[in-house]
Amino acid sequence: MRTQLSSLSLLRPRSLRDALKMMQDEPKLTPLAGCTDVYVNLQFGTASATRFIDLWPLNELRGIAVSRSALRIGALTTYTELIASSAVRRRLPMLVAAAREIGGRQIQNRGTLGGNIANASPAGDSLPVLAAADAVVILASAAGERRVPFTSFYTGYRACIRRDDELITAVEIPRLEGKQWWRKVGTRRAQAISKLMLAAVRGPNVRLAIGSVGPTVLRLVRTEAALTNSGSLDEGKRVLAEEVTPIDDLRSTAEYRRRVSLNLLERFWTDTA
Amino acid sequence: MIRCRINGKKRQLTVHPMKRLLDVLREDCALTGTKEGCGEGECGACTVLIDGVAVNSCLVPAAQVEGADVLTIEGIQKGSRLHPLQEAFAIEGGAQCGICTPGMIMAALAIRRGAKTAEIQDALAGNLCRCTGYVAIYNAVKKGAAKSRGPRPPGRSRERPL
Repeated sequence: MRTQLSSLSLLRPRSLRDALKMMQDEPKLTPLAGCTDVYVNLQFGTASATRFIDLWPLNELRGIAVSRSALRIGALTTYTELIASSAVRRRLPMLVAAAREIGGRQIQNRGTLGGNIANASPAGDSLPVLAAADAVVILASAAGERRVPFTSFYTGYRACIRRDDELITAVEIPRLEGKQWWRKVGTRRAQAISKLMLAAVRGPNVRLAIGSVGPTVLRLVRTEAALTNSGSLDEGKRVLAEEVTPIDDLRSTAEYRRRVSLNLLERFWTDTA
Repeated sequence: MIRCRINGKKRQLTVHPMKRLLDVLREDCALTGTKEGCGEGECGACTVLIDGVAVNSCLVPAAQVEGADVLTIEGIQKGSRLHPLQEAFAIEGGAQCGICTPGMIMAALAIRRGAKTAEIQDALAGNLCRCTGYVAIYNAVKKGAAKSRGPRPPGRSRERPL
């Protein structure tokens, strides 16, 4: 590991209460959970953080609960737990589909939904699902809890509204009407960083969220409105071509991303017809 | 001080809490069967089980094995008898240069008897091999799994009503 261990420190709270007090009292702490992102940065010596707090033992942040109106998923829920959950399979199958394509089994066994949200990567695989599903992020601090719509959680590239004293404790997903659809495009079937992802719901209102085509996950509100109002795929594609403004980067060109986003929209529309 | 069990033996480790489990195993416990490939969770060469669950030990801080049961490649044989998967990898040519083999076998412990190739490919998607072309590995897993006890339990399920 390129980062010097001696430069790092780790706080080990015993409870969520403990953890929130540390988040309040200590200078900025970086939360650790499954470590599948943080340890990659430590390995390459590119992590700027040196002070960490270990959330992994906090069982209060685990678990999946269902009610008639919502599904609540604890922040420390791993992808393996999402895949195994009959409640998630029933209510949010597109999240199960996304979880299956994240890393290999070893990553799915450790990576957490809360970590994927907090890491704020534009290529985070669960994020288009949460955006399309109108999820709510629950943030806690020593002062109390607040609920933030997922679609207003990110403020820019790798930036979000979580304050330094706050932890993500859970996400809540309202009951969805309509057929859910998910597709990830990468260079390999497994273990690939996404070139493009589309999560979509075809119900009374069409919902679309796209990943890896902008600084953050994007809810495609104009394309949604076009499809909902006109019911015409051609109209949807015309609006989508204007609504996405991808860039060239090391994984894809802007042109490729624009064309594939149109293909994905078409595939979604015909698959759910 | 971190307390855990490694291959069934109680250990008290005086290591930095953020030291990678991979380095703790290799440097502090002299268990060098676990290999470092990529160091970034892509290749699976460092796969071990924590409480029966396969993980990349290059991405686990020592603090997170507090109270846990760690199983490495050194812990799966019974006395001098190799685990059926180890034997099958040797016979089928599932091991060539050998760097991926311990991780491949640790990940394969989760594969059930009678698993089809597609299922094996899924279960081993996080383990890369640059020698074999995988065919010999899949053959070894089919043969080894047939002689092993069933798969280990999957990740904990923590569902409850609201």
